[in-house]
Amino acid sequence: MSEKKEALFSKKNRKLMTDPLDGSNPISVQVLGICSALAITVQVEQAFVMSAAVMAVLIFGNLIVSAMRNLIPSRIRIIVQLVIVAALVILVNELLKAFMPDVSEKLSVFVGLIITNCIIMGRLEAFALGNKVWPSLLDAIGNGIGYGWILVVVAFFRELFGSGKIFGFQIIPESFYDAGYMNNNMMILPPMALITVALIIWVQRSKNIDLIEEN
Amino acid sequence: MQDLVNIFVKSVFIDNMIFAYFLGMCSYLAVSKTVKTAVGLGAAVIFVLGITVPINYLLENYVLKAGALAWLSDDLAEVDLSFLSFIMFIAVIASMVQLVEMIVEKISPALYGALGIFLPLIAVNCSILGGALFMQERQYSTIAEATAFGLGSGFGWLLAIVAIAAIREKIRYSNVPAPLRGLGITFIITGLMGIAFMSFMGIQL
Repeated sequence: MSEKKEALFSKKNRKLMTDPLDGSNPISVQVLGICSALAITVQVEQAFVMSAAVMAVLIFGNLIVSAMRNLIPSRIRIIVQLVIVAALVILVNELLKAFMPDVSEKLSVFVGLIITNCIIMGRLEAFALGNKVWPSLLDAIGNGIGYGWILVVVAFFRELFGSGKIFGFQIIPESFYDAGYMNNNMMILPPMALITVALIIWVQRSKNIDLIEEN
Repeated sequence: MQDLVNIFVKSVFIDNMIFAYFLGMCSYLAVSKTVKTAVGLGAAVIFVLGITVPINYLLENYVLKAGALAWLSDDLAEVDLSFLSFIMFIAVIASMVQLVEMIVEKISPALYGALGIFLPLIAVNCSILGGALFMQERQYSTIAEATAFGLGSGFGWLLAIVAIAAIREKIRYSNVPAPLRGLGITFIITGLMGIAFMSFMGIQL
């Protein structure tokens, strides 16, 4: 009796990767990892670096935990996961300091806070502990991208309206400013990040009415 | 003494963990459905921040910082262990939470009943690790200042979560647009509260 081998990109596996982009998005639906998502979205560049960092930690964390899942005693699993994640975050932080010192400066404590980012712990706990390595990898990639796109979209609007730039390049032409256009300084302030995310949630849930909550 | 009060007030209102840095948002959103549970979690956060920030301060200044080991012997005066700070801080936090949980259970079963379910949640609350990392970044000069900062941040967090829980209890009776119900409207209200808290920024301390 031979078990039928599952194809690498079977329908089920593809679903693991595409679901977190919309229907079970880590930020707007699972409500994980909000802290960092809001604080570092003033500029698109920071948002990119941050999502790349989170994704790297998530992928390697998921891989390691999933590979070790039969060795970790369930009583101390939280500590084991924290140590694995903390070690990965230290690596990411040292790399950022070495190769992108100015971005690392701006992200300040938020790189360290990836350790307690709920997405990482949530995915390790909910997925990697109970699944094989390959599905865990796909799950990590899917959730990483699902987290990243919200960050980049929020940062895009905040940087565009807040300082008229994208990636540090001036987008809104000088003539607009001469005609009386002003940057909306409000967009740079922390509260507007919350409201931008709320607008994304609004759009997403009007399209996908299954996600609407009870009041 | 006045310095300590200044640091405390500053970390409650101006550098509020939720409204200025969004730390601890996950539990803030998840546990703010009723005021009672919000008060419980807030108290636990004050408690844990008040203990872990001073401990991490000692660790930072006598073990991790560049030259911090000089008190052991002159050979170690050059050692810089600051790259280890993340893993040390999180280890301290996780073990302190465990310890606090056991002590509270032994000494005051009533308090344990009230805080019990929230304590394990706190180990992965960003505001606790955030408190340790901000303490490291801002380089407070004495342990008393670090403690004032820890307690102040915890108190600011309690203030925020109790306020949002009270609003959410009332908003149940309002007619919110369907797609915004639950998460969306909570985000918007937090944003508006954040704007209100920004009015404290003008205070010079």
